[in-house]
Amino acid sequence: MAPQLLDRRAFLQVSALAGGGVMIGTYLGPVSEALAQTPAAFSPNAFITIAANGTITLIAKNPEVGQGVKTMLPMILAEELEADWKTVKIVQGDLDPEAYGPQSAGGSQSTPVNWDPLRQAGAVGRHMLIAAAAATWDVPAGELQARLGRVHHAASNRSAGYGELAARAATLTPPDPKTVALKDPKDYTIIGKATPGIDNRAIVTGTLTFSSDFTVPGMLWAQYEKAPAYGAEVATANLDEVRAMPGVRHAFILKGDGDIQSLVGGVAIVADSWWQAKAARDRLQVTWQDHPTMRQSSASFDQQAEALFKAPPAFSITNVGDVEGALSSATKTVEGTYSYPFIAHAPLEPQNALAHWHDGKMEIWAPSQTPARGRQMVAKSLGIDEAAITFHLLHGGGGFGRRLYNDSVVEAAAIARQIDRPVKLQWTREDDMRHDIYRPGGYHRLRAGVDAAGRIVAWHGHFVSYGEGERFAPSANLPATEFPAGYVAHFGLGASLIPLGVPTGALRAPRSNSVAFVYQSFLDELAHAAGKDPVQFRLDLLSATRQLPEGINNDGFDGARMHAVVKTAAEMAGWGRAVPKGTGLGIACYYSHRGYFAEVAEVIVDADKGVRVAKVWVAGDVGRQIINPSGAEQQMQGSVIDGLGELMAQEITYENGAAVQDNFNRFPLVRMREAPPVIESKFVLSDNAPSGLGEPALPPILPAVTNAIFAATGERIRSLPLRKHGYYWA
Amino acid sequence: MAYTLTVNGRTTTVEVPADMPLLWVLRDVLELRGTKYGCGISACGACTVHLNGRAVRACQTKVSAADGASIMTIEGLSPDGTHPLQQAWQDVDVPQCGYCQAGQIMSAAALLAQTPKPTDEDIDRAMNGNLCRCATYLRIRQAIHKAAAMTATTTVQQAAANRPGQDQE
Ligand code: FES
Ligand code: FES
Repeated sequence: MAPQLLDRRAFLQVSALAGGGVMIGTYLGPVSEALAQTPAAFSPNAFITIAANGTITLIAKNPEVGQGVKTMLPMILAEELEADWKTVKIVQGDLDPEAYGPQSAGGSQSTPVNWDPLRQAGAVGRHMLIAAAAATWDVPAGELQARLGRVHHAASNRSAGYGELAARAATLTPPDPKTVALKDPKDYTIIGKATPGIDNRAIVTGTLTFSSDFTVPGMLWAQYEKAPAYGAEVATANLDEVRAMPGVRHAFILKGDGDIQSLVGGVAIVADSWWQAKAARDRLQVTWQDHPTMRQSSASFDQQAEALFKAPPAFSITNVGDVEGALSSATKTVEGTYSYPFIAHAPLEPQNALAHWHDGKMEIWAPSQTPARGRQMVAKSLGIDEAAITFHLLHGGGGFGRRLYNDSVVEAAAIARQIDRPVKLQWTREDDMRHDIYRPGGYHRLRAGVDAAGRIVAWHGHFVSYGEGERFAPSANLPATEFPAGYVAHFGLGASLIPLGVPTGALRAPRSNSVAFVYQSFLDELAHAAGKDPVQFRLDLLSATRQLPEGINNDGFDGARMHAVVKTAAEMAGWGRAVPKGTGLGIACYYSHRGYFAEVAEVIVDADKGVRVAKVWVAGDVGRQIINPSGAEQQMQGSVIDGLGELMAQEITYENGAAVQDNFNRFPLVRMREAPPVIESKFVLSDNAPSGLGEPALPPILPAVTNAIFAATGERIRSLPLRKHGYYWA
Repeated sequence: MAYTLTVNGRTTTVEVPADMPLLWVLRDVLELRGTKYGCGISACGACTVHLNGRAVRACQTKVSAADGASIMTIEGLSPDGTHPLQQAWQDVDVPQCGYCQAGQIMSAAALLAQTPKPTDEDIDRAMNGNLCRCATYLRIRQAIHKAAAMTATTTVQQAAANRPGQDQE
């Protein structure tokens, strides 16, 4: 561990001297040479380096894909270090979990996982700098104060910059991070302040190096043509003709590694420029071996779901009380079948990765959300030792879960393995959309009953999803704790699975982004059946104490916190006020990724089914502290508008095993004029540890809008996308 | 084929196929990578540049159609990143992932050149071809208004400064 830390320190100095940015330091030469030439610096841990000239370099440890962690995590460090935010340098850390701890971007985990460790890391640095000053001036540490990168001694009117103290601090033993005193939140000067993204200037001047912009000397460009149906291998390809195209250096066939979420078979074309590779690919003629996935289609999925609904669920997920008995004695019962399609992530920067195989080592540059997993996948797929793989993190043009999967990283490495130069694989938009790791579709048949007092007495769900036997396909499952589990005395959920040969996975707010629509719409149906106001109905339900059956672990859901955000959102929206004909207010609430969100949408529907979301009110509880209010608002607005895109028109369908939609003309995102002009948001601060915001504001917006459409028109939307029911953005 | 392009004020000749899109000439040949690839079919606006002052999608502009033309990319919008839009974008903290923003700014710049004081409707119309997957739209609109206000102030100041008979300090 110790020598590694030394390397890390040296490396940080190299990066700091090079002015940060993309870390090509290790690529250009061994770190130790640079170390010999640099003056001593103070580095209390892997995250912080203070040079003798006072330059403070902070490591942004997690991958940045637009969720703002490259700004937000260093804010936490700088706050406790008492650094001057205006002058700190922030450098993206490469993959090095031994030094930095877990490095991933997903599940809104960056805040909860790093809140304590990074505060401690910053505080350790501050304590050591104060101790260094105390020793230098021979005064008690208690008389000293750290502020904006300097330590002050008020009594003697002395002060010293961190740079001056660095050499001495470096000789001290760091205190135990677990016991070091942290700042009182009321003294925060960085945390809680709206802080613009640290890369903004580079972004608006076109100088930020996104992954697809990153190059190394001597590199080539690759395209990779895969079977439209997932997992089929190449039968024949006109490689000679392709090789004769201008600029083409290589054209070869790769076999898949047997996992459709990793490497599938295809034809690689490597050329001097991307456009030449693309032009050659346009000439490529390839036939594919027969594969069972060629026979799957959206129509066949629908048929299988219908057949499965005719029988009871194949297996039970939870079963509490006497569901059928309670249903038959309920005052009113409601039944509905809901469904939602597969959708793609479609980050604006299509997947890409650069790989270089040299001297028995694989070097990779990519914007992975899970670089550690990417390294494992490459090692496994290509049979290389993990230790021989270096992973440099680059800035990604959007993630949304897509860059959790590293399939393009494995492809780039597999292509690089065959040639002797660095090679950048850059997918087309069509590759990206037809070879996504899709949000799985699903079907729910729900039955529930209310008693004479309007309370839900029984609830039963039959979930038809995808998978094998009782094993769900990735991100196609549903936990036994899914709300309103624990709030309904007789509660059952069972599932039946359709076999699937489509890669699936997590899309921003996985599961929640689809289940919220189903459950929160059905709750609305029940409120109306019970003759109750939809807000009051939810508040009443949440007032009870949650009771989960033995053996089922609580998912952390706290009804009181949800109750508070529902109330707040309703108040913000003026819930209950009269609205013009054709306008409706809808509410929905959802708990995911430790965040509680309630949203109200005001929706106007015209006679042609043209829809406008006039305004959205968002109330959220993500704990006691919003670290960066500007980033928080961005995530909230982004989530709401993203959800509206999923709601209105996004759908991937399959024919002969292949995705039909291949670009934004057939897979529409929300455009500016379609977005709600106003999204008003409020955080309900609760005494809980801060949690993440990349996801939890998304799920409620879909049912908030469909519930509003019901309020406006009386039409209950039970399947997505909305466009299928004749709606469009007015 | 050889084509002559004036990009950000510098005239160069490129030797490329006639049907090569301007986007890839900029990115691969001239190594100006501020202009992004998002869809390749004029559906996202990430590749927006100015061709003789008009906002065009570089992914669907063949290099042959740009021969002799004057092209401006995000790198040439201002010498030092101080175009009012670049300023406003930072003040409002618009970018999330940032990938679409060069295209957004180039569309907005073309709008402001034509319509210095745009209404919300003007903005919606001019920006309709620019997708933002991170959905930064509300802040984009806010930043365009802000830049328009900044431009107006600058113009008034300049006009005042240029007024004959008035002393400057
Ligand atoms: S890349 Fe040109 S419009 Fe999308
Ligand atoms: S900021 Fe990410 S696509 Fe616009």
